[in-house]
Amino acid sequence: MKTKREIHAVIFHIGACALGFIMIYPMLWLVASSFKSNDTMFQDAYSLIPKVWDAGTNYRSGLEGVGNVSFATFFVTTVLVTVVGTVGCVFISLLAAYAFTRIKFWGSNFLFGCVMMTMMIPPQVMVVPQYIILKKLGLIDTRVALIIPWFFGGAFFIFLMVQFFRGIPKELDEAAMIDGCGKAGILFRVLVPVVKPALVTASIFAFYWIWQDFFQPLIFMSTTKKFTISLALNMYLDPNSYNNYGGLFAMSVISLLPVIIFFIFFQKYLVNGIAMDGIKG
Amino acid sequence: MAKPSKKQHYKLKDNIAGYLFLSPWIFGFLLMWLVPAIISIYYSFTDFNLLNTPSMIGFSNYIRIFTQDDTFIQSLKVTFSYVFLLVPLRLAFALFVAMLLNQNHKGLGLYRTLYYVPSIIGGSIAVSIVWKQFFGNKGVVMSLLGLFGVQQKMSFLGNPKTALIVIVIMGVWQFGSSMLIFLSALKQIPNSLYESAMVDGGKPWQVFTRITLPMLTPTIFFNLILQIINGFRVFTESYVITDGGPLDSTLSYVLYLYRRAFTYFDMGYSCALAWVLVAIIAVFTVILFKTQNNWVHYEN
Repeated sequence: MKTKREIHAVIFHIGACALGFIMIYPMLWLVASSFKSNDTMFQDAYSLIPKVWDAGTNYRSGLEGVGNVSFATFFVTTVLVTVVGTVGCVFISLLAAYAFTRIKFWGSNFLFGCVMMTMMIPPQVMVVPQYIILKKLGLIDTRVALIIPWFFGGAFFIFLMVQFFRGIPKELDEAAMIDGCGKAGILFRVLVPVVKPALVTASIFAFYWIWQDFFQPLIFMSTTKKFTISLALNMYLDPNSYNNYGGLFAMSVISLLPVIIFFIFFQKYLVNGIAMDGIKG
Repeated sequence: MAKPSKKQHYKLKDNIAGYLFLSPWIFGFLLMWLVPAIISIYYSFTDFNLLNTPSMIGFSNYIRIFTQDDTFIQSLKVTFSYVFLLVPLRLAFALFVAMLLNQNHKGLGLYRTLYYVPSIIGGSIAVSIVWKQFFGNKGVVMSLLGLFGVQQKMSFLGNPKTALIVIVIMGVWQFGSSMLIFLSALKQIPNSLYESAMVDGGKPWQVFTRITLPMLTPTIFFNLILQIINGFRVFTESYVITDGGPLDSTLSYVLYLYRRAFTYFDMGYSCALAWVLVAIIAVFTVILFKTQNNWVHYEN
């Protein structure tokens, strides 16, 4: 009986490891390829062990950037946009979720319906009129245009926090009110410490989505100097302007590094957040 | 949120506070959703190329879409094939792996994490770049096939019959977040149900179809709707990996919309395309909601 279970466990682990390898093979391959020299890149392309190591050239040439703009510039822009966008997105979603769950006001059901509706309509549908509005406001091709679509919160984040708020007993608010707390006081002094896990989860998702956003930057931006990493990588890909696969792969690795690092540190929050929210597709 | 009781008395103070807290979101909603939506409906009835003043042309854009636009039909075919290949495959795979991980073994957390990583990075350009090199000429798949002595004339991305499959595979590879959702739903199925099935001598397959699957239907339903909505907006993959080609075989709906707007500057027409997409998504959502009584089991 015991051996049968052990055999079962061994088979399970072999299968699970094999699947795990397949799942991360593309990433391992990307890292390995960023170490391969350009002329051996496509000899036995599947290999994870470089024949000729040339990481230095790849990373150096990648960092030089594209279109006379260094990769560092793209990196700084992306960090700036992501940080401001994330802070705005999470903070404003927090305010909205608090209003929806803790304050009884006229029209709240209707407005919550609007929130949910924005989740059903693909943002791509709105991109032409958004482009025109931002153009009228003189914001096209500015970093502000990259931040605005995220800054004012989003349905996913509001929904996540509404779910979280609903699980917190209202007695907590009432006790704080008796102690003389106003509405803002209740939110920031009493509730925020309790919903911190939800805030962390929301922040990481916002960070991921803004960091990797491609569609909106593609449409809103035209000056290479103000590009985000996503747009820059897309330019590296253009064979007319760039023919350096080593550099392309090296910069792809760098673009994924923050995402992976955050994942390693915060995966507990992500896994719990998904289980709770059940949304992210 | 306030319960929709018939006669709710709102305190003035609460009204002010509510709208104060909501005001930043409302501002964003007006700026990025409501006003664009209204403008977009208006433009969809005009001829507008960004430089001219929009001139009203009635339903011409919509008529053109449905009667004269072969590329629209092609992009619709591509997008439907994509959605209806990807969504069932991804959900089935996610459920399968979730069932495997819903056991008592050591190291489950590690596997869960590994399988989830592609979902996190899947939307990035870097991954699309990897996919392009993987399945393209001189790519990994070609070199692996060569290793086994299979000589292919065309790469999978160069072949109009298989290019879309490559993009679907990329989507299935990102099954991790659905898997996590299934995993947490599986953990909520009460053990007593399984125990009574054991007592009745249920076979594993019967237990799966009679207990596990019915208990999961709310989760499947929820996932299905979100995945379909998500599937219809596929863009980055077809833009970066194949640029819609070869022979428009991976031209997704949103990529076509994008080209109409920002390659041909046919703004009115692309707004009409956008609303047709909204209508298609709405139809699917409504159909799914209508069918849910037939197959979704809610407790109580």
